[in-house]
Amino acid sequence: MPIDKRATLADALDGVSDGATVFITGFGGAGFPNKLLRALRDKGPKDLTLVVNSATHRYSVTHELIAADLVRKVICTAARGHDKEPSAFETRWMAGKIELEMVPQGSFTERIRAGGAGIPAFYTPVGFGTELTQGKEIRRFGDRDYVMETAITGDLALVRADTADRLGNLVFNYAQMNFGPAMASAAKLAVAEVRTISEDLLQRERIQLPGTYIDRVVAV
Amino acid sequence: MSALNRLQITWRAAQDIDDGQVVNLGIGLPVHCSDYLRPDVDVILQSENGVVGVGPLAAPDKADTDLVDAGSRRITLRPGASIIDSSWSFAMIRGGHIDVTILGAFEVAANGDLANWDMRVPNRGPLVGGAMDLAACAREVRVIMEHVTRKGAPRLLEKCALPLTAVRCVSRVYTDLAVVDVTPHGFVVAEMVAISRDELQAKTGAKLTFAPDCKVLTAPAIAEQP
Repeated sequence: MPIDKRATLADALDGVSDGATVFITGFGGAGFPNKLLRALRDKGPKDLTLVVNSATHRYSVTHELIAADLVRKVICTAARGHDKEPSAFETRWMAGKIELEMVPQGSFTERIRAGGAGIPAFYTPVGFGTELTQGKEIRRFGDRDYVMETAITGDLALVRADTADRLGNLVFNYAQMNFGPAMASAAKLAVAEVRTISEDLLQRERIQLPGTYIDRVVAV
Repeated sequence: MSALNRLQITWRAAQDIDDGQVVNLGIGLPVHCSDYLRPDVDVILQSENGVVGVGPLAAPDKADTDLVDAGSRRITLRPGASIIDSSWSFAMIRGGHIDVTILGAFEVAANGDLANWDMRVPNRGPLVGGAMDLAACAREVRVIMEHVTRKGAPRLLEKCALPLTAVRCVSRVYTDLAVVDVTPHGFVVAEMVAISRDELQAKTGAKLTFAPDCKVLTAPAIAEQP
């Protein structure tokens, strides 16, 4: 049977359950899978761990999952709100209702990449001597100190892209790509939200992420 | 005394960027350095969201919401630009492929320690972004900041009081009052505005020495946007 990963918003998240670790793409205003995020909010699994660059980005609707009290923990690089009032994340975090793991952005994406690449841990110079790496293993290589960071894997990746084909091959628009390849590779179930699904299979030169990393594609 | 305004500080920092360098300009004030590069200088501006070859800001009617830099600014690409994913972008940073990064800061210590990521705002979550990666791994880390805080407290210190971004990483600091090099012997003033050395020292929280050829710090008139 020909491979066909096309799905609808209604069935794109089938199989997602309570306690899932969910990757969410997007950075700098580009690449937020907002339709899938709303579908996840409506589906309503509880005790989620979100792995997302920002818990509070103004163009992402990640905060709607947090406001709906579906989230137990956030692993991110940015958790500061933009408005005068504290964000949905900040109020819950200050009240001790949500756990925060703040990670330097390069270590954040490399931990996810490692998770999808079969590497359980790695050493990086980033964060040495700072409070974000307190308690982590330190090892000296040559004349520099390095911090051991462990891989992150997850249950679900929500990835935003521009164009897909039925094999799940993806093309990103400009800076949409950001965490997409790493997050898709580190999740058991990777779902892409795209502007359009091409009738024809995409040409090799255009494909930025092989469809083998993607399980479902949804045109929105 | 003629202290520089914030854009004049970025102008001064931009003058030290050399032809052919790969440069990452931090979110906020440092991105304005690209407006003041020397006319003979051709550089590649990298943004940590994966853009290699950031061009000028996009005109509002031409902007693409997906063509942004790490600070969410809608940009254009320079000819020959490319876009990579975040993992590759940070591998580029960690791997020492960024010649210079210019970052904002709250505090810099005499040994080069940098504090620029968490000012501990009440009722606000923390935000680190890519600051630690850039500070720890760019080949050269330069800082732009006001010489003192709004309350007049020094930002150049013997030891940072705020949480560190990276240890022993800063090589040069540009302030409204001086250009200060971080050396094995502590802070050395390379340029300063027309105030007395005692006055500059009084606004600094660590011992200053003055380069034998210490120059007057000046910049062309640049109006600051309100």
